[in-house]
Amino acid sequence: MTQDTQAGVLGVPKKKTTSAFARVARFMGIRAITLFFTVVIGVYTTILIANMGGYVDTIMRNDIRERVNQRVAASTANQNISAETRRQMADELIALEENRLGLNTPFAIRSFRYLTDSLQLDLGRAQNMVSDNGSRTVRNIILERLPATLLLMGTSQLFLFFFSVFIALTLSRSYGSFWDKLVITLSPTSAAPPWFYGIFFILIFAAVFRILPFGGMVDAPVPDNTFDYILNVLKHLILPAGSLIISSLFLSIYNWRTFFLIYSSEDYVDMAKAKGLPSRDIERRYILRPTLPTIITNFALLVIGLWTGAIITETVFLWPGLGRTLYRAIGFFDTPVIVGSTIIYAYLLAVTVFILDFVYVLVDPRVKVGGGK
Amino acid sequence: MKNLKKNFAEISRYPSAVFGLFIIFLLVALAIFAVVKIPYSEAVRLWRGGEDVWYMNPKNVPPAWFNTFRKTRLPESFAIKGGEEGFTKTVTPSSPDTSAIDFEYAFDFNYDVYPQELMLYFTSTYQSKNPFVSIYLITPDGEELRITDFGISARQTYRFSQDEKLIRRLVREKRDEKPMIGLFSVPETEPPVPQKGTYKLVINGQTFEAGSDINVEFVFHGQSYGLAGTDHARRDLMVALLWGAPIALSFGLLAALATSILSMAIAAIGAWFGGWLDELIQRITEINLVLPFLAVLIMVGTFYTTSIWTILGVTILLSIFTGAVKSYRAVFLQVKESTYIEAAKAYGASNFRIVFFYLIPRMIPLLIPTLVSAVPAYVFLEASLALLGLGDPVLPTWGKVINDAQSNGALYKGFYYWILEPAVLLMVTGLGFAMLGFALDRIFNPRLRGI
Repeated sequence: MTQDTQAGVLGVPKKKTTSAFARVARFMGIRAITLFFTVVIGVYTTILIANMGGYVDTIMRNDIRERVNQRVAASTANQNISAETRRQMADELIALEENRLGLNTPFAIRSFRYLTDSLQLDLGRAQNMVSDNGSRTVRNIILERLPATLLLMGTSQLFLFFFSVFIALTLSRSYGSFWDKLVITLSPTSAAPPWFYGIFFILIFAAVFRILPFGGMVDAPVPDNTFDYILNVLKHLILPAGSLIISSLFLSIYNWRTFFLIYSSEDYVDMAKAKGLPSRDIERRYILRPTLPTIITNFALLVIGLWTGAIITETVFLWPGLGRTLYRAIGFFDTPVIVGSTIIYAYLLAVTVFILDFVYVLVDPRVKVGGGK
Repeated sequence: MKNLKKNFAEISRYPSAVFGLFIIFLLVALAIFAVVKIPYSEAVRLWRGGEDVWYMNPKNVPPAWFNTFRKTRLPESFAIKGGEEGFTKTVTPSSPDTSAIDFEYAFDFNYDVYPQELMLYFTSTYQSKNPFVSIYLITPDGEELRITDFGISARQTYRFSQDEKLIRRLVREKRDEKPMIGLFSVPETEPPVPQKGTYKLVINGQTFEAGSDINVEFVFHGQSYGLAGTDHARRDLMVALLWGAPIALSFGLLAALATSILSMAIAAIGAWFGGWLDELIQRITEINLVLPFLAVLIMVGTFYTTSIWTILGVTILLSIFTGAVKSYRAVFLQVKESTYIEAAKAYGASNFRIVFFYLIPRMIPLLIPTLVSAVPAYVFLEASLALLGLGDPVLPTWGKVINDAQSNGALYKGFYYWILEPAVLLMVTGLGFAMLGFALDRIFNPRLRGI
């Protein structure tokens, strides 16, 4: 929400060209290529981190050895077989499992296969995770959790955005008032993250008053008619969404309010006021118009931010969302799921940034495509 | 410099800044007190020592000062060794080889809640014939309750609640089947009411060898403990609350200092030299945007190590190339064109000199508010990771206490103090820095002045 976002999130190399079309085409080309390489390097770095330079392979090998040995030892059918044959059997199973997880190809090769597959959005199969309906494909694992995350993040973030922009505009109109001072005073409360408020909310509404559930998304047994189901989910949504909202509400209002105030102290706004224009017109034409690029940027980044979910808030409220899936995937050393989640975010971010450059031209006549700042 | 002094004078005009500074001062004092009072190795021993360290503490009880605000008083815990003040030990030899060793301890019990557990830790010395003890509890109304009698070995622990024979006898005497309720109730009340007054613990020991001796420690687990209460492993939460302060402060301050200074230095270098270096810095910033920050930290914590210093390093590494580099760079590009830089260039100042002595000092007013405001985020980041179970394996931190409480269902079971104590400390820390940061931002940032 700072000023610099206005100039676009990613910088642009500037060059002088003759025709407008050639300039736009050249700009688009360079932009697309830079963004693509950014995504490639970002995702490849994630793959490397998810493997910790081969360290995770060792963990997985030991894990497989232990699991297989236990299974072979525990099986009653193997009771009368000699130790020698049993060991042979375990070795075969270990080789099979290592082969399935691709551990016998060197990591250097495997990492590039992950990269090229994921860049083509071929997310592949998870190594250890299974979706709730039994599918092993990363696509299904992610899609299954997407609605829950979109519901939680969507309600809270959209409400937060529109509510704080609206309130901020109102406050900037009457700055110095009681409400304005109240927001300034309360804005340091945003230092605490959502899960922190979540714990307090659970304490008050679930533990002490027992009017709202401790966590989860729906009661068990699940209500059988749709209306009750929706009501039940909404009841579970109040606390997590509430804590996501409250943790950034005051800071968000404060930032927008300051932002609008800076723009409303411009000379042309004073001029408009002197002319006697109604305040509604001044707001729409002289304050909102120049701030539109920032508002759009923030909104776009918010929308793609929905994708990542809220790892810790989902954990505290046992909300079955994507953040929680990503956290579980890390616990299972499940590189395909981690990479899948990252690549989708990276693509969404790159595409959004790419589109935003053109949106700026549409909403702000001072900006020219490829013209730099 | 004079300007800076004036700015600091201005701080006193903001009550929130003064309040924030006050909180930070208190926290620093608390942190210093913690480190001086409980040295590092002692803190680790107290937190990870095991049953030897914690046996005197009751399990999951609130702090003792809760009694001030409660109608029903919670029994306080104590532990006393035989022979100490009040716990008399009398040895009466009856023949050359045998002697009677009697212990007597009177204690007041004026509470409305039953104790959690009573324990006796016996130690004895003997060659081949082990000593024998009989234990009695005399209630305030004068009734003598036989607890048990048994031969003791060199080290023996007796837990009142786990004695099956005692339970059977209490049931036979029409008392409650739970020994604590059976022993500490007014007889024949339904529901049972604790009997207040002075109880007397009597231990009659008998040794059968010359030079044989018995010693005992009486541990009374009440329903409240110390200044902060205890957790599920009987640990005194005070250790974690005290030691959480220096850890949270050093993590927050180090991370904030390192990231803001490094971002600024890198932005200055990029802006000054321009060309491929600037381009590279820009690209790295963009790549860093794609990396999932929290997920990377969780991966390092899960796969590699949860040591707080490694996590701190990775946090700093990931937070250097962020939007801050971009906004600093924009300002540096403006400052670069100013006349005093041109003058410096004209008299032949080196690049190093210009970047570190002329460019960066100009930005310090902008740096200070950002630095202070960034501290809470890192303090809470450490707590967040601890909440996911990735807290430091050795050190007690506030986040780890919250994590323990969460995973043991503290809210569900009603142990609110367990979560509230570290949470309030975290909140106070966050608020202190945030309030000061906000005020500093309004003082140093000319665009916000008067708004």
